[in-house]
Amino acid sequence: MISAAECAVDAQSLISISLRKIHNSRTQRGGIKLHKNLLVSYVLRNARQVYMNEKYAEIYRMQQYEEVMTVCNEIQELDPLDVVAASDECEEVGASEQQCCAGGMASEPPSLCGAQPCSSPTTPEEACKPSEPLFYRSCCAEPYPLPPSPSPCDFSPAHCNKTTVLDLDTHVVTTVENGCLHQDCCTPLQPCSSPAKKRKVSDYSCCYYAPELEDTSAEPAPCKRAKLEDCCSDCLDTANISNLISIFGSGFSGLVSRQADLEQAFNGQFCSKQALASLGAWTRAIVAF
Amino acid sequence: MLSPVLCSELSALEPEYTEADVISAVEFSQSGEFLATGDKGGRVVIFQREPLGEYNVYSTFQSHEPEFDYLKSLEIEEKINKIRWLPQLNSAHFLLTTNDKTIKLWKVSERDKRPEGYNLKDEEGRMKDISKITSLQVPVLRPMDLLVEASLRRVFANAHAYHINSISINSDCETYLSADDLRINLWNLDITDRSFNIVDLKPENMEELSEVITVAEFHPHHCHLMAFSSSTGTTRLCDMRSRALCDQHAKLFEEAVDPANRSFFSEIISSVSDVKFSHSGRYLLTRDYLSAKVWDLNMENKPVETYQVHDYLRSKLCTLYESDCIFDKFECAWNGTDSVIMTGAYNNFFRMFDRASRRDVTLEASREVCKRRAVLRPRRVCVGRKKRESDVSVDSLDFRKKILHTAWHPTDNIIAIAASNNLYIFQDRHSHHGHHAGHRLEQDRPPQLQDAPPQ
Repeated sequence: MISAAECAVDAQSLISISLRKIHNSRTQRGGIKLHKNLLVSYVLRNARQVYMNEKYAEIYRMQQYEEVMTVCNEIQELDPLDVVAASDECEEVGASEQQCCAGGMASEPPSLCGAQPCSSPTTPEEACKPSEPLFYRSCCAEPYPLPPSPSPCDFSPAHCNKTTVLDLDTHVVTTVENGCLHQDCCTPLQPCSSPAKKRKVSDYSCCYYAPELEDTSAEPAPCKRAKLEDCCSDCLDTANISNLISIFGSGFSGLVSRQADLEQAFNGQFCSKQALASLGAWTRAIVAF
Repeated sequence: MLSPVLCSELSALEPEYTEADVISAVEFSQSGEFLATGDKGGRVVIFQREPLGEYNVYSTFQSHEPEFDYLKSLEIEEKINKIRWLPQLNSAHFLLTTNDKTIKLWKVSERDKRPEGYNLKDEEGRMKDISKITSLQVPVLRPMDLLVEASLRRVFANAHAYHINSISINSDCETYLSADDLRINLWNLDITDRSFNIVDLKPENMEELSEVITVAEFHPHHCHLMAFSSSTGTTRLCDMRSRALCDQHAKLFEEAVDPANRSFFSEIISSVSDVKFSHSGRYLLTRDYLSAKVWDLNMENKPVETYQVHDYLRSKLCTLYESDCIFDKFECAWNGTDSVIMTGAYNNFFRMFDRASRRDVTLEASREVCKRRAVLRPRRVCVGRKKRESDVSVDSLDFRKKILHTAWHPTDNIIAIAASNNLYIFQDRHSHHGHHAGHRLEQDRPPQLQDAPPQ
């Protein structure tokens, strides 16, 4: 097992180092070396998974079953300033009972994702609040049919068509918009416990191997870009990531989507065909050059 | 974790040589009389063994030049990736050289006579005054200083979309294979405008790419068998008789990975960097980043022998990743009797493992240590405190000095070691006494150094 103590820091630095290597390979003499970039993408994937697992472990540890509703209420009372009044920010969960709707996500597998019956079903439109959005991490292991469009979904509330799901196992709230899964770079529940730490992405000390999750780590979703700029300076190399996005010109949709079908999740085995498939955007960008 | 200072120093090269001088390929001819080296500048230098046993420069030529692919806006490096000798059929010598995209067949021949006594030209080649010619003469061949010429005979181009990593000549001496990251092609040595694709790993959707070919080689005796290794740590044996496209393997050599050893870099260090059939054809030698494994062709699920080359690097993988050293591709070699295997490491160290006695030795190939005719002392790398004065601590290893390319004479105990821009040729001390060519290299009698001049 990767030692838990070094996990958090190494994962993040490895991610940024790997991205830098891929970026540098474009200007290397002799063209992009497919073998080396493939290996770098494996490191990237491993680091990303560890990073995600740690974050979920953090969430899981902080959740109690009895606090579900409390948490939801607290979410409602989130200071809007935390969410940064930008239209491309994440979507804030609405009324507590609206969070519990799992009905809209019938396609989700019940692995970790809470396909739990919702206490107060609501329509996606009701769940969609026309306020600053705050996206929550998905726990879902089902691949979502992400459209291969290079541009991320438009996060402005006016265009949203969202379904919000609360997983009662991990107590993570998920919002699905336009068929895409949006994840938070930091959880909504953290503010409840420690608002000061909400945006710190490096405060994970435990290593918890959850089933494969939609990743957020270094994914340069636009919502994250604006949010991470508020983050502490030792966060992920977001500026570099944003630049890399524009350089590559593709949306890294392959990495965002399809963390599917992961067996052996709890014994730390990362490999699965579809997790590898999520490297596609990298290789696509690599091959294109 | 190592201190950051080590990382930054890795980028600075020694000032004495240029990048183009770095040796990138070393290969003995099939008889062992010749040794060819290729460098990053596209040059090939051929050494010939003298009667006394030394190797001296025989021929030098520029094999590949930098090219530019206008369609992809890519520069094609002139670095020689591999050299393979053809079996000698007549007085000339043929060898294949390849860079990332193009394979070339060179003929190296000697000329020690030249015609003299032309009628129309004088000795300097100037036209004679016709009015002064009074009689005709027949030109005669007169001895001249030996001239070694290398002439380009064939160019095998435009068959690989990805970077060529290996070439291997078939035992039938008519065909050879060339392998790039995703495909392996079969050529006839006489036909340059077409080749057969025998392995294709390119997925329908490149997003699903999960492995690439790293090395491919023909079996030394069976012209229908070839092996190729992949970045996932597997080696496949393919039988070309079964079908035209050998995507389905006849045998798959893969060792189960211990999940307790998983790390961020598990995939990288399991990638196979070299594959060599034993001379007998019964065994396969594979090299990954930290170890060398001997496989019996009859047993696929695990190797018969595993040799740890530099396991002390396992805790330093992160630093090696940052410096790109983790991507270094070390080659490996068998001795003539398949009793000893050899591979390179860092700090100009190279290692030999005796398979029967399980003894191993670490030796250093560097100018400071190697004096002509001096016997090499075994070296040791220690992880903790130095037990002996001559020990080298792991933290003081110089990762810029890497021995990636090594070659062993096909029959004698002579080895060629390429250390950056230097070529070292060592021979077993006992060979001077006329011992049997198959004399084993013993640990307590380290090989004697014969220094070859740098290119």
